[in-house]
Order: sequence, then structure tokens, then C-alpha cells
Amino acid sequence: MSLTGNDVLAGKGDFYTRHFQPTPREDTLILNMGPQHPSTHGVLRVMLEIDGEYILRAEPVIGYVHRMQEKMGERLDYNQYLPNTARVDYLHPLAWNWAYVGAAEKLLGLEIPERAEYIRVITCELNRISSHLLWWGTYLLDLGAFTPILYAFADREKLADILQRITGSRLTFSLYQIGGCKADMDDRFIRETKEFIEYMRSRFPMYKDLVTDNLILRKRVEGIGRITREECRKYGASGPTVRAAGLDYDVRRTEPYSLYDRFEFNCPVYEDGDALARYMVRMQEMEQSLEIIEQALKQLPDGEIMAPKVPKKPKPPSGEVYHAVESGRGKVGVRLISDGSAVPYRVKLRSPSYSNLSLFPCIAAGTLLADAISILGSLDLVIPEIDR
Amino acid sequence: MSGLCSLIVGLRITGHNFFRPQLTVHYPREEVTNLDGFNGHVELVPSPKDPMLPKCIACGTCARNCPSQCISLDFEKLEPATQEGEDSETGGKKKKSRKKVTRFTLDFNYCSLCGLCVRTCPVGSLRFSRDVYLAGFDPREFRLDLLERMRGQADSKGDKG
Amino acid sequence: MSEITLNIIRIWAGLFIILSFISVNAIILVYLERKIAGHIQRRPGPFEVGPHGILQPFADAVKLLGKQIITPRYADALLYWAAPILSFAPVAVCFLPIPAGPHARVLDINVGVILILAFSGLNVLALCLAGWGSQNKWSLLGAARNIAQSVGYEIPLLLSVMPILMLSGSLDLNTITQNQGGWPWEWYAFKQPVAFIIFFVCALAETNRAPFDLPEAESELTAGFHTEYSGMGFGLFFMGEYTYMIVVCSMTALLFMGGWQGPFAPGWWWFVPKVYVLLLIMMWIRWTFPRVRFDQLLNVSWKWLIPISLVNLLATALVISLCC
Repeated sequence: MSLTGNDVLAGKGDFYTRHFQPTPREDTLILNMGPQHPSTHGVLRVMLEIDGEYILRAEPVIGYVHRMQEKMGERLDYNQYLPNTARVDYLHPLAWNWAYVGAAEKLLGLEIPERAEYIRVITCELNRISSHLLWWGTYLLDLGAFTPILYAFADREKLADILQRITGSRLTFSLYQIGGCKADMDDRFIRETKEFIEYMRSRFPMYKDLVTDNLILRKRVEGIGRITREECRKYGASGPTVRAAGLDYDVRRTEPYSLYDRFEFNCPVYEDGDALARYMVRMQEMEQSLEIIEQALKQLPDGEIMAPKVPKKPKPPSGEVYHAVESGRGKVGVRLISDGSAVPYRVKLRSPSYSNLSLFPCIAAGTLLADAISILGSLDLVIPEIDR
Repeated sequence: MSGLCSLIVGLRITGHNFFRPQLTVHYPREEVTNLDGFNGHVELVPSPKDPMLPKCIACGTCARNCPSQCISLDFEKLEPATQEGEDSETGGKKKKSRKKVTRFTLDFNYCSLCGLCVRTCPVGSLRFSRDVYLAGFDPREFRLDLLERMRGQADSKGDKG
Repeated sequence: MSEITLNIIRIWAGLFIILSFISVNAIILVYLERKIAGHIQRRPGPFEVGPHGILQPFADAVKLLGKQIITPRYADALLYWAAPILSFAPVAVCFLPIPAGPHARVLDINVGVILILAFSGLNVLALCLAGWGSQNKWSLLGAARNIAQSVGYEIPLLLSVMPILMLSGSLDLNTITQNQGGWPWEWYAFKQPVAFIIFFVCALAETNRAPFDLPEAESELTAGFHTEYSGMGFGLFFMGEYTYMIVVCSMTALLFMGGWQGPFAPGWWWFVPKVYVLLLIMMWIRWTFPRVRFDQLLNVSWKWLIPISLVNLLATALVISLCC
């Protein structure tokens, strides 16, 4: 049953509806792109005020997937918390793993062996490709094309096979450990990764022909949802969203961590700030990830994968540290505050989708409903990451 | 005009894909072949001396380290004299009384496959299985009795999964 | 008296045959659609129910028939239940003047084209009732989109049929088919390629098929106008959509592709494959392209299709008046 304005003013409807509903205009429709919706990726509720097809106001409501990840961080060991970080963003879990493990290693003052660093770079970039592939497939599904998602998943299956052998999982990989990596890459992994690079390069032209050059898609995506650099700075957005708006900020370039200063790769930056720019940035990032993996495989040294003398139950000295990495969505940060015991005092997870979602209300105002879907899809949000 | 050509190109690609082989593994007619390294639920490793007994020394490290408290085990103390069925891979420890594990239960409903139990076991008595074909109607079916599983594997000559 | 009775009996018998034809076709089409979708996406499609999933549509039908009939509490029950019936019933009538063979026609009427176009317009009303009667804002949006879309695309549809009418000089579908020849180069599709393409595009839009399926856009409007329907209500909409697809493809085959004519031995065995080829192309298009945005949809119709079809019509009229 749909609530009428009088019902809401009389006190029915939930908290958010009551605060959103009162509007000076009589002829607009208040719509709930509710928690159950096929194209809010995850459980996101967006309240919309619509005039015909034009959106006047939009307000997202989050918290439907709150899993108390940060609270669990205060209860679990440093080693026990690691699978949690993989589940915060299930599409790019290795980035979250890396952020957490890097923060703990900073606190403990550990030096990671080179081979472990290379393994981290290679697997994280493979995971980035997998994350962008899924984004691509689901974005097109939102726009109404039912086939590309299955082509993307076929490629992701190959990635899952490769990473399954060393991590043991196909989705929420948890390969890193405080002090290094859990498992080493063998020849088979290297061989399969090289084959995958060739295979993926041969798939990109097909994606371009089928989707990127498609007239209907271009009309849906060009000029939609322009973001300016000031808006990006205001909301603290990061990732491909801001690189498409002209802001050249990539954590791998601006605050290099690990070995990223050894590789030559481009961070694509576009000036338009519309959905097409965000689309192209992500497609090109996939190609650049392949470049990074190729260079890393060439430079791969032999050696240990774990630092020597890593305590089994780490008890870092008191202090606080912040470590940020670049995930498929933007800047992932973990702030660890330790009080000297085996359990952290505070784990703060900074998720990029939260800041990126804040961009949505100001760019969705004045667009069509179909465009709002397109914008939401192009921002590449993962709702569990927002709610943590 | 080039836009309309792009539509035809797109049609050609999907038409071409129509005739290409399928990528699906038709379970149950075919089975998944690449399970190397896959982390199914953990299982007990049999002792080399007697496949019906695990290497486990019932120290409880795995149960203490598990973030979700999935593992629970019961043990009974043995006199130092009756050490036949035990393996002595804890070499170095001068414990007087050995423990024998009598029940080893894993509640797979809550397991997050972190592998801490496997890594912190001092004798290496746990490993990941390749059990992927899990389907059940009841959470009780997933409270796995790992001792029974290991004995069943010893009977059927250690068939994994 | 007896002739009227004979006609009435003929119509009733014809309707019976048509309904069975529609049902069989709906079953085949549902299966074909899912299989084609599966193979385009490199997966098997329905496979378990019956060998290679042949019995899947029967399972779907049993499921739809067996579901509980629910009317939303604040929905207007009369409008809510009139909508699926109104969506399905007129489409069956559209089959009456369609000749499947030189003598295989239920109703010998000489205004067949107008009959079909008139009854297909009732679909808009049905969706309108569905959207309003569901008391659901999403359904309302879907219905509003559908009205604008249908109205906008009826005009180019008519405008692209008119050159054919001028070329053949009659509204009778049998006459139009007879005026074409058996070989592909004698079809009207070659004499009026622009009209052919415009007619096909408008056919896609009228049947709410992708890339014009905004009224039932699953990822935007949570199933659009048929959000609140389940069970047989949805089943009727579904059947209505597939039947309408067959009607429109039959029209295309008759008007532009020579209908039941072939290089030799004219009959329904030429007509049915042509219809199915067109249906396969419709499905192929559906699984390839993303959805067109609503205002772009209207733009395409009002800014492109109508002017082009008008120019085509005027050019055809000019050529005909100059040549004969």
C-alpha cells in the first residue's frame, strides 16, 4: 500500500519517510527505490521525489547491511580479524586485506620480503580486474543488456580458478598475513596468469565492439551525471569516479605503497566527469592492471614469503597508524589504534563507496529516473562496504 | 550512421556467440574438475601409524584460536604407559599424560574458512578438505563430526571429498 | 439466415483453432526465448525438465495456474482484474483476418489491416488499467511510460503501412499478399525497404520488447506495470505479449515478405517459417542491446521515424502517380 501525504504527516511511515515527505509541491511523487530493488547493488534505499520522470530530490538511506565489522575488530585478534576484512568488500577483498595487514605491519615495524610484496601486487591487480569486470557486467544489466554480464562472469571464472589454487577461495580471497603471504605462487600459477593476460587482451576488442561502441549504450551514458572536481573534493570521493572528473588522484601514484613506484603504468584521467568517462576509466584501468601484472611477473624474485620472526599472536606496541590502498572503488583506509594487547583498541575502516555515495544526491537532482540508475551504476558502489 | 553500424556489429557478436560451446559444467552429469587448492571445511589428518586415529593431541589451540568458536573437542587422559595408539610427533614435550581426542566437532554454519586452526595446530592435524558438494536442509547437518569423517575416509582408503 | 449462422459457426470454430494455435505458439516461444538467451550467453538454458528442457513451459504454465490469486488490498479490483483480460482478449481477435495460406483464413474481411491495428490499440488501455489499478507508484510510472511509448510508435507504424496499401491498392491482407511474388526480390520489402525497417522497429516498440521494454523495465522499475501481478494475471499479460509478437510478425510477413507465397507451392508452410524467422530476430535483438532511455525513445519516434516515414509516403505517392 502506498502512503498518502496525509498518512505520513499523521505519523505513519518510518523515520526517514516522515522527514523526507513534507514537500511544498503538491504534484510530485515520493518514491522509494527501496531496499529491495534490482539495481541498487545491494541493499540500498534511495528516497526520491519525482516530478513526472524528473528527480527533484534524492536521499539515500543506508544501514540495512550493517554487520558491525568495526566492533568485531575490537573483539578479535589481529590474525582472527583477517577474514572479516575480506568480507567487507567482497569484490575486491585483497585490497581490504592489504590495507589491514599493512596497517598492522606498520604498527609492528615489520619488513616484508620482496617476493611477498610481488605476490601481493600481482594478486591485488588480478582482483582489481575481476572487480571491474563484475562492475561492467552489472552496470550493463542495469541498463537493460542481459548478455554482457554473462560474458564478464565467464572471464571472472578464469580469474577465480587462478586465484583458487593459492588462496583457496573463489570470491573472498584472504591471501595475506601479517608479515607476508599465506601461500606462494608456483609455476602453474605464473603460467596460468600469463595465459590469462593473453586471453583478456583478446577479449577487450569484443567488449569494445559489443558494448562500448554501441549507439544505445552511448546515448545512455554520455553526458549523464557530470561531477565537478570541487564536488569530488567536497565529499572526499576517490577512485575512478574522481579520475573521470579530472582529478588525478590514485593512491598508487600519489602515496605509493609497496612496490608501485617500480612499475610503469598509466592512471587514466578524463576531464568530462560524466558516466562515459567513468566507464572508460575503468575499462582502461583493467588494461593497465594487465600491464602491471606483466611487469611484476618479469621482475619476480625468489625468496621467502613470510617475514622472519613474526609473532603468532601479534601484540603491537601502543600507537595508531593509518594505511591506505587503492581498491577498485577508491581509497581504502584502515586506521588501527593499538593499546599494546593482542586485540586492537579500534579498527576504523574507511570505505570509498561511502564517500562516493554522498555524491549521488547532488548529481541526481534534475535527472531522469533512468539516468539516476545509470549514475548509481557508474559510481560502482558496493553496499556492504558502505554499511560495514 | 556509424551508430547504426555499431548495432549490427553487436548483433553479429551475439550471433557468433550463439554457436560457440557452452561454458557451464552440467552438474550432476559432469563434475567440477579443478578443485586443487580449494578450501572446503577442515578435516582431521590421520596419524601415519594408524589411519583410524588422528594426529591430534587435543591441545585445544584450534578451538581457542577460532574467531567464530566453531571447533569443540572432548578428550580423555591416558596413562603414560598406554601410548600405543598415540603418535609421538610432539617430540620435545615432556608431558607425562597424553590426551586422546574422543570427539571433534566442527560447526560449519559459522566457519569463515580463515585457516587459523590449520595454521596454528602444533602437530599439523588439520587440513582443508575438498568437500564442495554440500547441500542440506538443516543446520544440524552441518555440525560435522570430523572423527567419524576421518574414520570413514580410512575405510574407503582416504577418498577426499 | 443460414449464411449468417454459417459465418458465426465459422468464426467460433476459427477462434477455437486460433486459441489453440496461440497456446501452442506461446509454449514454443517461451521455450525458444529461454533457449536462445541461454545459447547467446553460452549456457544451456532450461535443461532439467524433460529432455533438454522441453517440458519447461508446461512447468511454468502449471506454476502460473496454481498460484494463489491475490488482489492488493487498496487496489481497485475491477480495474486490476480487467487489465489482464483486456490485454489478452483483443489479441486473439487480431488473428481472424490473417491468412496463413491462400484459403486458410477465418474471416474474409476486406479491411483486415484496420481490424488488426484497431484491436492492437486496446493493449494501451489494458496497461493503463493495470498501472492505475495496482495502486503502486512503480506500476503507475510503468503505465505512464507505456502510454507515451505506444502512442508515439503507432503513428510511424501506420505511416509505414500506408505505402504498402498504396502499392497494392487494397486493405485486404489476402490481396496484399497475392500482389507480391514468391521470390524475395518481388517482395514489398525490396520495394519499400525504409518502410520495412520502420515497421519492424515500431513493432518492437509496440510489443514492449527490448530495446524498448521500458514499461516492464526490470532493473529500473521492478517489473513496471505488472509488479503487482502474479499467477494467472501475470500469465495473461505474458501470453498477451507473446501473442502480440506473433501478430506483429505475421503482419510483417504478410505486408512485406510475401506471406504464404513462395517460389513454388504457396501455402502455410512458407508463412510459418517466415513468422518464426522474424520472431527469432526479435529475440536476438532483445538479448543484445541495452534499453533505450525514455526520452530518447520518444525522440527516436517523433524526430526520426515520423519524418522519415512521412517522406517515404510522399515519395511513394509521387512515384505511383507519376508512373501510372
